[in-house]
Amino acid sequence: MAMKISTEKFNDRVEQGIHDSFMRGAVAGAQDGMGVKRRVVTTDELSNWEDWRNHAEEIRQHVLANLDYYLEQLSENIAQRGGHVFFAQTKEEANEYIRGVVQRKKAKKIVKSKSMVTEEISLNAMLEEEGCEVVETDLGEYILQLDDHDPPSHIVVPALHKNKEQIRDVFAQKIGYTKTSTPEELAYHARVTLREKFLEADLGITGCNFAVAETGSFCLVTNEGNADLVTALPKTQITVMGMERLVPTFEEMEVLVSMLTRSAVGQKLTSYITVLTGPREELDVDGPEEFHLVIVDNGRSDILGTEFQSILQCIRCGACINVCPVYRHIGGHSYGSIYPGPVGAVLSPLLGGYDDFKELPYASTLCGACTEVCPVKIPLHQLLHKHRQVIVEKEGKAPFSEKMLMKAFGLGAASPALYNMGSKMAPVAMNPFTVGDKISKGPGPLKAWTEIREFPAPNKERFRDWFKNREKGGE
Amino acid sequence: MKVTLFATCIVDLFQSNVGKATVELLERLGCEVEFPPSQVCCGQPAYNSGYVKEAKEAMKRMIETFEHAEYIVSPSGSCAFMFREYPHVFKGDPVWEPRAQKLADKTYELTQFIVEVLGIEDVGARFEGNVTYHTSCHMTRLLGVKEPPMILLKNVKGLKFTELPGKERCCGFGGTFSVKNVAISEQMVDEKVHHVEETGAQYLVGADAACLMNIGGRMERLGKPIKVLHIAEVLNSR
Ligand code: SF4
Repeated sequence: MAMKISTEKFNDRVEQGIHDSFMRGAVAGAQDGMGVKRRVVTTDELSNWEDWRNHAEEIRQHVLANLDYYLEQLSENIAQRGGHVFFAQTKEEANEYIRGVVQRKKAKKIVKSKSMVTEEISLNAMLEEEGCEVVETDLGEYILQLDDHDPPSHIVVPALHKNKEQIRDVFAQKIGYTKTSTPEELAYHARVTLREKFLEADLGITGCNFAVAETGSFCLVTNEGNADLVTALPKTQITVMGMERLVPTFEEMEVLVSMLTRSAVGQKLTSYITVLTGPREELDVDGPEEFHLVIVDNGRSDILGTEFQSILQCIRCGACINVCPVYRHIGGHSYGSIYPGPVGAVLSPLLGGYDDFKELPYASTLCGACTEVCPVKIPLHQLLHKHRQVIVEKEGKAPFSEKMLMKAFGLGAASPALYNMGSKMAPVAMNPFTVGDKISKGPGPLKAWTEIREFPAPNKERFRDWFKNREKGGE
Repeated sequence: MKVTLFATCIVDLFQSNVGKATVELLERLGCEVEFPPSQVCCGQPAYNSGYVKEAKEAMKRMIETFEHAEYIVSPSGSCAFMFREYPHVFKGDPVWEPRAQKLADKTYELTQFIVEVLGIEDVGARFEGNVTYHTSCHMTRLLGVKEPPMILLKNVKGLKFTELPGKERCCGFGGTFSVKNVAISEQMVDEKVHHVEETGAQYLVGADAACLMNIGGRMERLGKPIKVLHIAEVLNSR
């Protein structure tokens, strides 16, 4: 899977999303449920939640400002422990390096724990091309993989759009499942099936929540413990990380992990928080004999130093998605990117280009709900607004009619005389469309408005006229 | 106290009742209200759509118009916030940034002005009816005004208040979003209308004319009997 998950037009995807009543029920339920849990462990429980956010933001900004330094430190520490580090500027480079490892190790069976960056670089496609059997071991990702590579619709809960009956059907069709749709039975079956895969695997691939520069460690946050098996059993391990996902020391890691779990799933901590350092050492009882860290740039360094830099602070908690009123109604697939919701609407055009993702910055009311919850204080709604400005001013991708309208706005609104004249004419101009005190079928930009709502007819006496008359004592 | 009214273009053209109520209310509370007729639109529609150059022209006219004011008051949280954003828009401009900053510093949304500047929590209004209140996103999240409208409504005699479920969720207006993404906007406003109905209120009250136009316009299209009122109209009734 690449970052782009659909070739359909944005509006068609939205239509499908809106009409998928099951998905919408699931999303609304999840948003409401997670919203309550998140509030409990953030603002309710920590009276100084804002201080935590400030601190987390500071940590992320510090790392971005000193990224070179920390990446070097991380690489050195990993090398010292006998691990291999590869810095991939593009997704092709990342895939080529991993292909090399796979070939050298003659790996055929691969287990993976959840990783968005490997989706971004289409790693699985390359591995399958190599003839490997790749198994996603995060339950959500496993379900999607079985279901003919259905794309994820959320960065933390990838199968959010599926209900248990749908999951039962996928299991029945693909892995001979014969039991009921109770979550326990489904999970048990997946667990038994996956256990075999872990034992057989010759290569394990993980993502990385945070890498710790000072020690050359990396940290994985899960609720299922699958990442622990991916890293404990296979002889070779490859960890793939976005180049910005690191922290200076364990102290900062602890802060960010806490911010992540609280914001992502409303938990103080998740069931498993695993920190691993390099390959197996003499006295270790498990762990890989060979360890590779692939650090992926894939467009990230182009964002550094621009007005969009703060999006690299993101710790992929998904809180912004969980409060987004637009995501609520259209679901993840409508965004056409593996990164949906507000974070996706900011990130996808940066990493994937405006051609494919230019609609996303407009799929927001700029209500600011995302900005309010982001644990690392990314001004998401402002970044969406910046995208719009870039699309209009630099990319020239705005529709012609809109440009003309806005030009007229610039002239009209900037000139009190024109504004005065135009607004005085409004009731006359709108007269043909006005029935009683409302417009039900408006012209021009009002057409879309009146498709679903009434528009008020302009007042015959504008407020300003009333005020003027009153001043003259004419009320 | 002298107040310079920033009426907003929506109120000027479509909701003159709201403007009238605002003037009468402020006067009753002892303010002297002026309305500079050279005021235009605050530039928000163009600005939010990414047309910053065009928006800046409107913004400059607004700065010139309101510069002399002691207090600028607007019956719209979103438009008041736009004024507060001006310094950010003109950041780095040696002439306009400081002028924008001065403007921003003296701009208030109506209920904010009444509670925080005038120090009044009971405006002596009487309004018989069952009311729910829509908290607009820009007013609460961006301008940061949450309590003042609640305090003022609570002290209106005769008014029965029911909180709106999911009140923090956007109504689906979003300026040009409402016409650019009309299909999504429809879903959002429908959920809002549904929650308004759930309260059993006869009146939906808000402090932002644009959100009210959206929710009200949808309720009217759907034939819902619930009336929409701006908070100035409620506070001005006796
Ligand atoms: S942008 Fe903020 S809220 Fe959204 S996923 Fe990233 S860290 Fe979480």
